[in-house]
Amino acid sequence: MDIFLQQIINGLVQGSIYAMVALGYTMVYGIMGLINFAHGEVVMIGTLVAITVVTFLLKLGLPVWLAGGLGIVAATAACMLLGWSLERVAYRPLRNAPRLTPLITAIGMSIVLQNLAMMIWGRNYMTFPPLVEKTQFEVGGAAFTSVQIMIVLVSAISMGGLLFLVYRTKLGMAMRATAQNPSVAGLMGVNANRVISSAFVIGSALGAVAGVMVGTYYEIAHYQMGFMLGLKAFTAAVLGGIGNLAGAMAGGVLLGLIEALGAGYIGDLTGGFLGSHYQDIFAFVVLIFVLMFRPSGLFGEKTGDRA
Amino acid sequence: MNPLLGSLPMRKTLLGVLAAAALLILPFVAALGGQAWVRIVDFAILYVFLALGLNIVVGFAGLLDLGYIAFYAVGAYLWALLASPHFGIHLPFWVILPLGAIVACFFGVILGAPTLKLRGDYLAIVTLGFGEIVRIFMNNLNAPINITNGPQGINMIDPVAIGGFKFSAPSTIFGITFSGPQKYYYLLLLLVLAVILVNYRLQHSRIGRAWQAIREDEIAAKAIGINTRNMKLLAFAMGASFGGIAGGIFAAMQGFVSPESFSLIESVMILAMVVLGGMGHIPGVILGAVLLTILPELLRYAVVPVQKALFGEVLADPESLRMLIFGLALVLVMRFKPAGLWPSPDRRRELAEKAR
Repeated sequence: MDIFLQQIINGLVQGSIYAMVALGYTMVYGIMGLINFAHGEVVMIGTLVAITVVTFLLKLGLPVWLAGGLGIVAATAACMLLGWSLERVAYRPLRNAPRLTPLITAIGMSIVLQNLAMMIWGRNYMTFPPLVEKTQFEVGGAAFTSVQIMIVLVSAISMGGLLFLVYRTKLGMAMRATAQNPSVAGLMGVNANRVISSAFVIGSALGAVAGVMVGTYYEIAHYQMGFMLGLKAFTAAVLGGIGNLAGAMAGGVLLGLIEALGAGYIGDLTGGFLGSHYQDIFAFVVLIFVLMFRPSGLFGEKTGDRA
Repeated sequence: MNPLLGSLPMRKTLLGVLAAAALLILPFVAALGGQAWVRIVDFAILYVFLALGLNIVVGFAGLLDLGYIAFYAVGAYLWALLASPHFGIHLPFWVILPLGAIVACFFGVILGAPTLKLRGDYLAIVTLGFGEIVRIFMNNLNAPINITNGPQGINMIDPVAIGGFKFSAPSTIFGITFSGPQKYYYLLLLLVLAVILVNYRLQHSRIGRAWQAIREDEIAAKAIGINTRNMKLLAFAMGASFGGIAGGIFAAMQGFVSPESFSLIESVMILAMVVLGGMGHIPGVILGAVLLTILPELLRYAVVPVQKALFGEVLADPESLRMLIFGLALVLVMRFKPAGLWPSPDRRRELAEKAR
């Protein structure tokens, strides 16, 4: 029982991170139907910028909370700028190109960003300075830390903020309108370019926060960390129904839980034949099964076939 | 028309003869730069093979497959298991290659069957997941029973051999010495010509036209009586078989396989070859595959001297600089040639109409 509770907690934490990254994919996809494969790299750059800034400020003798806060601000600003320029430089010229063209561009950008990061930060693992004092709690035989609580809290607040933005503000209304029908939204006076840019910027900001959370959680970062994280987050977005905000959040948390529980129990279930190093396949196996029965994800609306 | 070159059919024949001659002496020209370049040329052909296989799935049938490398991996591991000291089995190539094609084809159907209902990007992520599942199993199937030898991979794999004639060692025929990679070159050339022929015959066949109809509009295709389920499965199966054969040759050529060679980035590269060259257009796909294999290698040799010439020292890590340039090249080609470097005439016309 205590393993079960423990894995639920771990899964929730990991799932919140997935959900935050998945939102970046799903916002862009919902509005312009593009898989922004470079989003994982944006998250990675957020983490590495945070490391540099926080380490530098701590050396100057700033208190941890201020250095950490400024680090998050710097990472968010850097990622927003990066997301904005990605859209402006790489994707905007391809709005009317064949469907697969922006996908290859995204892959190219992902390669570029990864290697750029390697040139700047080197190929070694970097330690992430501790931002939150790590205290351990115990409930019902399961242990969790203050870092884990912070991660779940921060993601919940960020996601709440995003929902408010999308459903209660004018920009959000413009975004929903563009997602539904870009040309009609344009006729109503919505500036599609601005909406698309803001989707990229907001998604990247969430990614930056997620990046800092990953860094604090694992206390380590690397120029290749964005790849698998991005892949899992994208899986989470599809699981929930890509293009759907609530779906991305639910998909992320669900994926985290499935992975944690799967890794905890696979050994017992298969009599020791398969071990926890098969953790990574759960995401994909579950995804394939879900899509077999619900081809547009768990919460995705059934889109009619348009010619 | 240039009168010196004669009439059009004459010119075509002349060009064909020249191209054939160039292809025949290519491994000896490449050998001037060292055997490493012959191997690079070999790999270029192997990637043409793979890209043409993927082109059946993506280009002809319009099914976005991001896990194509899985079939390559299946073919490679099958060869490795059936022709190496790992299990002590040494089957000849004419048994393993067809078997590889069949097993890969079977995997293609396994992947195709549950994904029939999925469209576009959902299909992409499922195929991607499938590729990862295959790789993770290869990485971990060394315990409790050692099947794939895990991350260490399998080595000392038998080369392609016909009787006592091995393709790995140099041999002298008619007074000319052929190195191992050069012999593989001719074998690969033969295979790839067969694949090109199959591709051309398929494209305009009843099956090819059915695929095209599905690609353009699946519902309309269904309405005019095309069995979309079977046609899609057939596309997956055929693409997969080509991947399986290419994988077998890869294992034999390298003498070594490990899960590392079959990561997602490889699938992505093959897709990039297809799209960058000109999806669905056979000469374009060949061009894309050759360019994307040769370009990183050229860059490998160029980045250090060029940096030294420009700045007098090596400023940036050559390995990451070369990949950086490679990524930028992908972005730039897509920016200025959205339909690929050499799209089919039909496609170019469609795009022009859309732009107007």
